[in-house]
Amino acid sequence: MIAVFALLVGVGLGIWLEPTVPVGLQPYLPIAVVAALDAVFGGIRARLDGIFDDKQFVISFISNVLVAGVIVYVGDQLGVGGQLSTGVVVVLGVRIFGNVAAIRRHLFRA
Amino acid sequence: MADDEKTTRLPTGGAGADGVADPDAQTVPITPPRPAAAPDPADEPKPAGSQPPAPESSGSLSSGSESARSESATAGEPAASEPAGEPAPAAGPRGSLLAAVAGANGSLLAAALRQRLTGAGAIIAVLIALLGFTLVVQLRSNTTDPTLATQRQEDLVRILSDLEAKDKRLRDDISRLENSQRELNSGAQGREAALQAATERADQLGILAGTLPARGQGLRLRFEAVRKPIRAEALLDAVQELRGAQAEAMQVQGSDGQAVRIIASTSFLDKDDDVIVDGVRLRAPYTITVIGDPETMRTALNIPGGVVESVSGAGGTVIFSPAGEVDVTALHGRPTLQYAKPVS
Repeated sequence: MIAVFALLVGVGLGIWLEPTVPVGLQPYLPIAVVAALDAVFGGIRARLDGIFDDKQFVISFISNVLVAGVIVYVGDQLGVGGQLSTGVVVVLGVRIFGNVAAIRRHLFRA
Repeated sequence: MADDEKTTRLPTGGAGADGVADPDAQTVPITPPRPAAAPDPADEPKPAGSQPPAPESSGSLSSGSESARSESATAGEPAASEPAGEPAPAAGPRGSLLAAVAGANGSLLAAALRQRLTGAGAIIAVLIALLGFTLVVQLRSNTTDPTLATQRQEDLVRILSDLEAKDKRLRDDISRLENSQRELNSGAQGREAALQAATERADQLGILAGTLPARGQGLRLRFEAVRKPIRAEALLDAVQELRGAQAEAMQVQGSDGQAVRIIASTSFLDKDDDVIVDGVRLRAPYTITVIGDPETMRTALNIPGGVVESVSGAGGTVIFSPAGEVDVTALHGRPTLQYAKPVS
């Protein structure tokens, strides 16, 4: 519940403040968002499984974002940033799909 | 430690007992979690009206307490706070789902707000808020800025090289088209020049053949008979002499105004006292109008033993008009060639 409110507050802030993305962050922000989405869906799944743990969620959230950002950064330094970010997005997308499937099984028993 | 006991007790037991719209309870979650989360039992009297009837309230309160308990479980209060006698493990998540779905419902919102924020819960809330924030920011920057600013470097390099290749191709196109344009222009000019030359030539030939009227510097010669009529040979001599002096167009006119153009094939015949020129009988005096260099022609006619002298000796006279612009207006019909054909 609090998470939903926090999400709404964040969305509202984003709409209200209308910030612009700094140039240095531009390659990393979308990847970070996808990584955070993965963590969130994992958290929802863990919650539905009854094994949700705050510490684990926080750490996985932050580490997901950081690792994704670092991978893209290293890829940029190596000259394969585009391919690596594509790979990260694919992996995270697969995980999100798996999590969503688990959530769906929980909610609809199907 | 007693404080802790209270706080762990309150979300489960207190949520069921407290009114949903309890004003004090609403302020509780905003304040720092631990100490303020203990409402006095004295605050329990609930305002009527905002509270559902008793039987219903028990049902709603039970679901509310379930969601509250699950929230507290997520909020980091570990298994110690969970009562051992939990009714059904699956009911808790379902209740929280209901609460999430009916987020706009005032009573559920208040119930959620009434949850205390522990440290981990606050961090989670901040993280989720950050996620929402960045999500919106990224969406907006993607939708409002579809230009190259969001592209990465190697993509930009590729786009640039693409554009350069395209630019080069288009430049080649331009130069090729310009070349063909130049060629077509020069072709048109050449055709025009050829046409102009042909027209000029046709005009010159028309003047020489007597099919076109002509005008230019020239002379008028008047042959008058004084003692004897002018003979045809005198006229022919004059014409030959004028041709030798580079006369370009000539006509001969009788006294009755009839004029005959003199061309290469013109014939002169004597007929009594008159002269027949190309089948046209002309009466004296005869006037030859000639276009050419006046001085040259005058000199050519006046040389000793020339036309003027011989005409004077034959009993006639030649009168020169002053040099000036003259018109040769008589035309010769187009010759019909019976035998000669152009070669080429």
